[in-house]
Amino acid sequence: MSTTTENEQLAYIASQAADARVNVEVETDEGMTLNLGPQHPATHGTLRIIAKLDGEKVVTAEPIMGYMHRGYEKLTEVRTYPQVTTLINRIDWLGSFANEVPFILAAEQLMEVEAPPRAQWIRTILFELSRIANVCLFLGDMAVQVGATTPVFYAFRDREFVLNQIERVTGGRFHPNFDRIGGLKDDLPKGWIEETRGALERMKSFCDEMEELVLGNEIFQARTRNIGVIPGDVALSYGLSGANLRASGVDWDIRRDANVGLVYDQVDWKVWTHPDGDSFARFWVRLQETREACNIIDQLLGSIPSGPIMAKVPRIIKVPAGEAYVATENPLGEMGYYVVSKGDLTPFRVKIRSASFSNMSITPWILKDVFVPDIISILASLYFILGDIDR
Amino acid sequence: MAEIPEHLLKRAQAARENAETNQPTSDQAPSETIEADSAVAVIEEEIPETDERAEEILNQILEGLGETVLTSHIAPGRGLWIRVSSDNWRQTAEFLKDELDCKFFDWLSVIDWMPSPYGRELETEQDIEPEQDTNEPEQMEWGYTGGDTRFQLICRLYSISNAAGIMIKADLDDQSPRVLSLIPVYPGANWHEREAREMFGVTFDEHPDLRNIYLPGDFEGHPLRKDYPLLSRRMKPWPGIVDVEAMPGEEK
Repeated sequence: MSTTTENEQLAYIASQAADARVNVEVETDEGMTLNLGPQHPATHGTLRIIAKLDGEKVVTAEPIMGYMHRGYEKLTEVRTYPQVTTLINRIDWLGSFANEVPFILAAEQLMEVEAPPRAQWIRTILFELSRIANVCLFLGDMAVQVGATTPVFYAFRDREFVLNQIERVTGGRFHPNFDRIGGLKDDLPKGWIEETRGALERMKSFCDEMEELVLGNEIFQARTRNIGVIPGDVALSYGLSGANLRASGVDWDIRRDANVGLVYDQVDWKVWTHPDGDSFARFWVRLQETREACNIIDQLLGSIPSGPIMAKVPRIIKVPAGEAYVATENPLGEMGYYVVSKGDLTPFRVKIRSASFSNMSITPWILKDVFVPDIISILASLYFILGDIDR
Repeated sequence: MAEIPEHLLKRAQAARENAETNQPTSDQAPSETIEADSAVAVIEEEIPETDERAEEILNQILEGLGETVLTSHIAPGRGLWIRVSSDNWRQTAEFLKDELDCKFFDWLSVIDWMPSPYGRELETEQDIEPEQDTNEPEQMEWGYTGGDTRFQLICRLYSISNAAGIMIKADLDDQSPRVLSLIPVYPGANWHEREAREMFGVTFDEHPDLRNIYLPGDFEGHPLRKDYPLLSRRMKPWPGIVDVEAMPGEEK
């Protein structure tokens, strides 16, 4: 194997940056090539899609990723377990607390430590709050992608209330780094529960507003109904998860079916599915899930047990040798960490199974034979975060 | 230096006594709590000694695949691992999909079991230069299900109807790791295999498009292999060990 020097690596990066031209259309004999991105408003970052067109129809579409690859799997090998959460926070940056939970749970499994009940409750609450913060933006953003400008402002406005609540507990709006092996960093601040109830009221009325403003809108329905249909078995074989899978009629939710370490079994709630599998269904399912998340938090807030928030763990954490895979139902879908430990302070290998990577791997299949404007609405409805694809 | 006010001393004393009496097992939390009936519903799940469901599934696999399953491992309540030879890689996936209803393709990756030659211990602040002339490689230790070779392919398939995830491992050749692609069985394996190819240098036969997915097309080397240097750690000392944070309630 040949290794590269630093200068050579920098040269690669420079040459790639020069290559990344934006929105070039080339007319050839075989039709037109449309280059979307890497900086396109619809891509939430730096996703690039090269679509070969025949008139208005897409012949092949190929996503090109890697503009945001940060090599977390390599970096985790040189970080101690508590330090890893700082990195993995930044995978899905809109629901960042939810990124920490599966990794911490995997480490706890290997150490055979269990967080005290109060910590589990607060974890679940924060987990669902980050779901709301994440999906809330989708609800507004999806409307923007099909041409409605207003909903996104509502989304940003009301998401702030949820982010404030996350910030009051964790100290960070986006990168809380709050979960610890064996519990949580801190307890809830005084008065937080009542304030959160207020924020949830806001979110519920936001969901109602979205339902009237967007879901019932004729133009929105025309742009999303029967567009980008994914049948259930195709979704499964591509590894789609989360709301994308449930919108294809597959009734599977890790929170209910394979729950590890969080307290969803203490709550009365419902998994929403939609049989259609189109863009509209994906929006609908996410809207219902946001409401359901409010419902879950509401119930959990009333039943937080008292007690410590931290189990007894050694100060310097050495995780016993073994392998563990823990996945949770993150806002974007199944997110899991396969942790291989050799009994050291650092993991031996961490495989990050992120939701958007698998969700986006269906794009070449689904973008075949669609019309150019539908590329945007389908991509928006699949809902990906670039950091979650590239890691 | 000013004298410490008496009320503060009293408060400190009270807090100390409070901390002594309030062992973590007690139900009193120092901060805001909401009493509710379900507050007593403490989750006390004992880790089971055996996992009957996983054993049942393993028996089904052993019945169907017979001796192609080299080894297996059950971690009670945590999962099921099987190891097959890389020649049987695709058949195993086909079997699991057809017979055990593992329709959900979860993920696929590779583990490089070679210990890092850069001395990545916390005692060493910087990566050390590996000695070129030592021919004796460090002893490799494999995880669950054991192994024979440096590279091990690992794939997780999930069966929704059985609510069971199955981890499959396969040993790959050290020099030219290659295996049949899973795309005919699970089209979703496409990107995962591309990633495994660029990060570990595993060739997937019959894969239609094994270009790099993240790295530039002409990138040399396979970054997730253990012998690939991490440049940032070469160049400056790592402050890792210094800032281990004190746990809540623990004195600094």
